[in-house]
Amino acid sequence: MKKMMKRVLAVLMAASLAVAGTGCGNKEKSTSKKTDTIKIAVSAEPDNLNPMLSAASDTEGIMMNVYEGLLTFDTDGNFLPCLAESYTIEDEGLTYKFKIKKDIQFHDGKKFSAKDVKYTYETLAGLNGEQPLKQVMADVLESVETPDEETVIFRLKHVDAGFLGKCIVSIQEKDYKEDETHPIGTGPYMFKEYIQGQKVILTKNPDYHTVESRIPEIEKVEFRIMTDNNAILMALKSGGLDIATVEPENIEVLGKEFEIVEDMRNAVQLMSMNNTVAPFDNEKVRQAVNYAIDKDEIINTVTKGHGKKLESFLSPSMKAYYKEDIKGYETDLEKAKELLKEAGYPDGFTITMKVPSNYQEHVDAAQVIKSQLEKVGIQVDIQLIEWAQWLEQVYKNADYQASIVAHTGKLDPQDFLNRFTSTYGKNYFKFSNPEYDQLVIDAASTTVEEERAKLYKECQQMLADHAAAVFIQDPYLIYAVNKNFTNMNIYPMTFYDMGSVRLKK
Amino acid sequence: MRKKQKNKNLVIGIVLVSFLLLLLIVSFFYLPYPPNKMDSANTLAMPSREHLLGTDNFGRDILSRIMKGSWLAFGIGFGAVTIGMVIGVVLGAIAGYFGGWMDEIVMRLMDAKMAFPGVILALVMITVFGNGIGNMILALGIMAIPRFCRITRTGFMQVKEMEYIKAAKSRGISDFRIMVFHIMPNISSSLLVTFTLGISSAILSEAGLSFLGLGIQPPHPSWGRMLFEAQSYLLTDPLYAVIPGIMITILVLGFNLLGDGLRDYLDHRMPQREEKA
Repeated sequence: MKKMMKRVLAVLMAASLAVAGTGCGNKEKSTSKKTDTIKIAVSAEPDNLNPMLSAASDTEGIMMNVYEGLLTFDTDGNFLPCLAESYTIEDEGLTYKFKIKKDIQFHDGKKFSAKDVKYTYETLAGLNGEQPLKQVMADVLESVETPDEETVIFRLKHVDAGFLGKCIVSIQEKDYKEDETHPIGTGPYMFKEYIQGQKVILTKNPDYHTVESRIPEIEKVEFRIMTDNNAILMALKSGGLDIATVEPENIEVLGKEFEIVEDMRNAVQLMSMNNTVAPFDNEKVRQAVNYAIDKDEIINTVTKGHGKKLESFLSPSMKAYYKEDIKGYETDLEKAKELLKEAGYPDGFTITMKVPSNYQEHVDAAQVIKSQLEKVGIQVDIQLIEWAQWLEQVYKNADYQASIVAHTGKLDPQDFLNRFTSTYGKNYFKFSNPEYDQLVIDAASTTVEEERAKLYKECQQMLADHAAAVFIQDPYLIYAVNKNFTNMNIYPMTFYDMGSVRLKK
Repeated sequence: MRKKQKNKNLVIGIVLVSFLLLLLIVSFFYLPYPPNKMDSANTLAMPSREHLLGTDNFGRDILSRIMKGSWLAFGIGFGAVTIGMVIGVVLGAIAGYFGGWMDEIVMRLMDAKMAFPGVILALVMITVFGNGIGNMILALGIMAIPRFCRITRTGFMQVKEMEYIKAAKSRGISDFRIMVFHIMPNISSSLLVTFTLGISSAILSEAGLSFLGLGIQPPHPSWGRMLFEAQSYLLTDPLYAVIPGIMITILVLGFNLLGDGLRDYLDHRMPQREEKA
């Protein structure tokens, strides 16, 4: 009955608009045309439209408009119910019981139910007898049960404090086989077309009501695949794009037609030092480097002040877990020199820094660091290498002395802090501390939120104390948003949340 | 009329190249600022009395970097072309003088080399052997080999049939002596022209590679590298990109005109070629 009323109201409003429109002629028409499609730039081609097979965060950021999970998250990284109505954790963290929402439909009109959830998780974890698609899921999930249409019970192999983070995975329709070419989900936007090398087009899902704040307003969304910064700027200025991420130095070029939305992107830019290679095997040397580097200067020149200074390996985007009052390193050249002397390098030394050439912000930071370290007698030989080589030499084989890169996280602080444990395969920092390992293990098996946060905060302080690396900043994600639109949200992980975007009245 | 035209090329070329040489010589004795000194309080400054060409995104003085960059430009240009010339001339001389299977081997090698686009080959070499000025010079030098090889070979083939070479041979003079003292002087002028033209293409390739983010490592102020770094500021501070662009243009144009002018000038003095033409 309520729905009926709404429809009648909508028709009436549309009619009145049409009448009003005839009065002022073309003007109204042109504005409505301008705002029924929103064009947003993405930097990479989708790797696979099927969320189960996709690994790229950009693709995930697009497809989260089409698919939804049991839970979703807000801009602070807190979990909110999405397809699930509520959940309870039982058996001291070994059982998760979800009550799912009724009357939700997939884009093809089929009703969403618990069996779709079961299908999705069993496929991901390999519980259907096939190869697991996501190893992390297979490691933790024992079984998925659906006692009725509206209840899903997950049984875990061991306590996993990060399991809620795994409940945001896209739920796919059981027995639907064409997710790779024509994805179908429950989200605020429906997939329409993907033109390779150019764009992905989504259209509004008129029946959407799962998350109230994301009921879409704009008819059509086009994700344009564009990589060149100057081309993106030109497109923004000429109206070829409505939303795009821009570099800090180009903000002023855009002028008044754009609203600038910026926030931390849940990333940590750091200068890594190989903890097992001389001279960085000496903690005092690493501390000296930390004292010698002026992070504020890096932030001011490289990101033009659009970054948050960090002291350890977690971004404040992870609000609940970030330690505000870390005892870090204030820039102090005298102290740096003293520490170098104590470590047996009174005249400094020369190091080679391998920097991935495709990230200008890291190359720039390397140049600033080089000039800063020179002041305490450390000569830096910058060596630019290709991204693929960086992954091979630095990330995989830890064949390096120093490097600069940024790590991005998702919704679980574990994604960050795990990287410094000695058991982590890609711990290219070669930081090794049994006490730290134990802290991370303890934190992962603690489901009590406050306790977990406390352990993670200890981890952060420990990384700073041992100068495991030079943690520089969380460079802001900066969106330029056309003034016709508003409410473009920035999340702790890549998510182009188009459902929330509103027309500016 | 034609003669005037020739002179013009040569004169403009000499003027442009001398301007750069002057810059190079001055930079040995005097730089306004250390080229890598950063000043974060004074970034992207417009030209002023303190910084004649302004500063870049790190507050480094652009003029000093341009001047220091001329070391790299000339060093790489001359270094690479010299390597290319030495190897190319030796191979070309062997191929042209002895002919037969040696010629076949050398020329097929050159064909194979020429089948690769030069920049791609340089990219491969840099990826395999690593970045660095030395490797860059080597890569660009290898790129320059075929043109020297071919010119030398043609010259040797032409000259070795001449009467005085046959006379020298019949007198029992060694092959090496004939090659170096009797034939080489005949092709030295065309080698000089190729050398000049080679410099401009080597520097252009260097700028190209540095622009791609390979090649010269930061913070060395290669002009190509400067252009690359300036590209993010194209809309906010176009001057930063324009200056290294102009320098590369002057250098390439200068050496090209010098090469062209030299060729015309030397052609004019070489009677046997003019008859053919």
